[in-house]
Amino acid sequence: MAEAIVTLTDVEKSFGSNLVVQKMNLDIEAGEFLTLLGPSGCGKTTTLRMIAGFEDTSAGSIKVQGEPVEDKEPYQRDVNTVFQNYSLFPHMNVYDNVAYGLTIKKVPKDEIKTRVGKMLELVQLTGYEKRKPDALSGGQKQRVAIARALINNPKVLLLDEPLGALDLKLRKQMQLELKRLQKRLGITFVYVTHDQEEALTMSDRIAVMNGGVIDQLGSPKEIYDHPKTRFVASFIGESNIFDGTVQAVDGTLLTVETPAGLMQTRGEGFAVGEAMHISIRPEHLLAEKQPVPGFDLAGRVKDFTYLGTAVKTAIDLKDGTEAKFSRIEQDAECAEGDTVYVHWKPEKSVAIKKTAG
Amino acid sequence: MNHLTKVQRKRRALRVLGDVYAVLIYTVLYIPVAVMMIFSFNNQRYNYYWNGFTTQWYEKLFNNSAIIDSLWYSVIIAVLSTVISVVVGTLGALGLKRYEFRGKKLVNSMLYIPIIVPEIVLAVALLIIFMTFGFSLGMGSILIGHCTFCIPYAVVTIKGRISGDGNSLEEASMDLGANRMQTFFRVTLPSIMPGVMSAAFLAFTLSIDDVVMSNMLAGAKNSTLPVLILSMNKSGITPDVNALTTLMILAIVAAMLLSGGVKALLARRAKRLEAE
Repeated sequence: MAEAIVTLTDVEKSFGSNLVVQKMNLDIEAGEFLTLLGPSGCGKTTTLRMIAGFEDTSAGSIKVQGEPVEDKEPYQRDVNTVFQNYSLFPHMNVYDNVAYGLTIKKVPKDEIKTRVGKMLELVQLTGYEKRKPDALSGGQKQRVAIARALINNPKVLLLDEPLGALDLKLRKQMQLELKRLQKRLGITFVYVTHDQEEALTMSDRIAVMNGGVIDQLGSPKEIYDHPKTRFVASFIGESNIFDGTVQAVDGTLLTVETPAGLMQTRGEGFAVGEAMHISIRPEHLLAEKQPVPGFDLAGRVKDFTYLGTAVKTAIDLKDGTEAKFSRIEQDAECAEGDTVYVHWKPEKSVAIKKTAG
Repeated sequence: MNHLTKVQRKRRALRVLGDVYAVLIYTVLYIPVAVMMIFSFNNQRYNYYWNGFTTQWYEKLFNNSAIIDSLWYSVIIAVLSTVISVVVGTLGALGLKRYEFRGKKLVNSMLYIPIIVPEIVLAVALLIIFMTFGFSLGMGSILIGHCTFCIPYAVVTIKGRISGDGNSLEEASMDLGANRMQTFFRVTLPSIMPGVMSAAFLAFTLSIDDVVMSNMLAGAKNSTLPVLILSMNKSGITPDVNALTTLMILAIVAAMLLSGGVKALLARRAKRLEAE
């Protein structure tokens, strides 16, 4: 494991009686692209702001390169931030915005000129030096904000939903550009977003946050394929999630009783009678005309939705829950109103322990 | 004209009516000013009829030390109260907009009381205070008086120009290594400069043509220009006052043209830069 550049130890933050971040422990490795992912109000932005120094910690400690930063002002910390709304200085042109950090440090004018020039080249904005932020498009403003934050050669770049205001197409393009930039510069990126797709595309590791706690920390693949909590399973991508109790254990094969019917999954450490969740991705669902052993999930085909790259099929199960299928093409043998028997390969589903609360 | 429909004819009539109305309003507004300017060149002491062209009133004006002295007195007071109220107003506006504290609502609404209360009430109140504490009347007392009404106006004006999206610009500045002082002078102040400028113009205007406070708090020696002119009214206004006000109007028009010209120039330059 690489050396940790930012370490959060038992960090807490409360606003009044509202505990926003709870006992958070996180090692951010040098050079990695780490994403704090979660719904709004999960504490991800607050965490970022504590690292930057805009919020005090209520408890715990934050270290950057091994040094505690609690007593340092934002301007004394070796981290820089790309803000959600860009926060470009409206009265300065692009050049002065990017040069700001160096001007403050009283770097010689010639050096500022070369460094700003290089930075603008890096973000492909050469020639825009004299423009005011008002005369830039959203994507250009974003690039200026990135250039301005990077010119101080920070050890860590903090990005607070930097692409939130851009339209989908531009966002996708900027995601790739940011990822390439990060690889090229080798700077640690800590990226905050609520967009799980964005997190999966860009990150080396994702910390999924919920209610002020990191639910799961892992690579995009780990998080997608092996969600550890019900929340992570439902938040990342699309999932069918069933709540049930273990009826039989046969090695790793579990037979589970749910309100929708009997189903099978694989998992270790489960006992008969234990309450648990099963998560299965729409692309792994199978449907047959005949009942399948181990499963008792009869349902009625409700409708088909054409999505271009896939056809989504909704099936009503007996307890009223809707099972979501995803297929490249519509099953020719399946029609609306047909009764089908839903099943899957047990190893394709994920058995999730029931967590307190 | 036959091809015009009824509705079209009606619209055209309404438009003509609107034009006539606008011309009338502007005439009423500007006739007195025009008459005054013309009469400042009138070769006759009383402004009843035209008696030929002269510039003697302008000569007289520049030799009238009472008028020139009180003009300077007014200008000095106006400049000082502008500076004071802009500094206090900027800090106050930032504090009231950016920070949360107990009683913020109360402080905010109390800001409007000096604006709403008749000036004469404030003037009397101040006079009583000054008398009680043996504060001698003069430039100092007038200055304090002017600040009492200029500051609230300044705070309100500047507050309106501070963006509502919190401290994000300041945070960006501190994030990039600037301390609080550098942040204030490099980021905060420039970004609210338009508001600060309007507050300054407003304070200057309020101060320079104030009569009530200036009259009440002036003391025996000097008086401001408006107070002097008002007192001359008793013995009849002489044409050198016409000359003075004409010069003042010309100065204001010149200032407006200049600021308009500078703005247009800046806008053109910005557009050219964008085009490049």
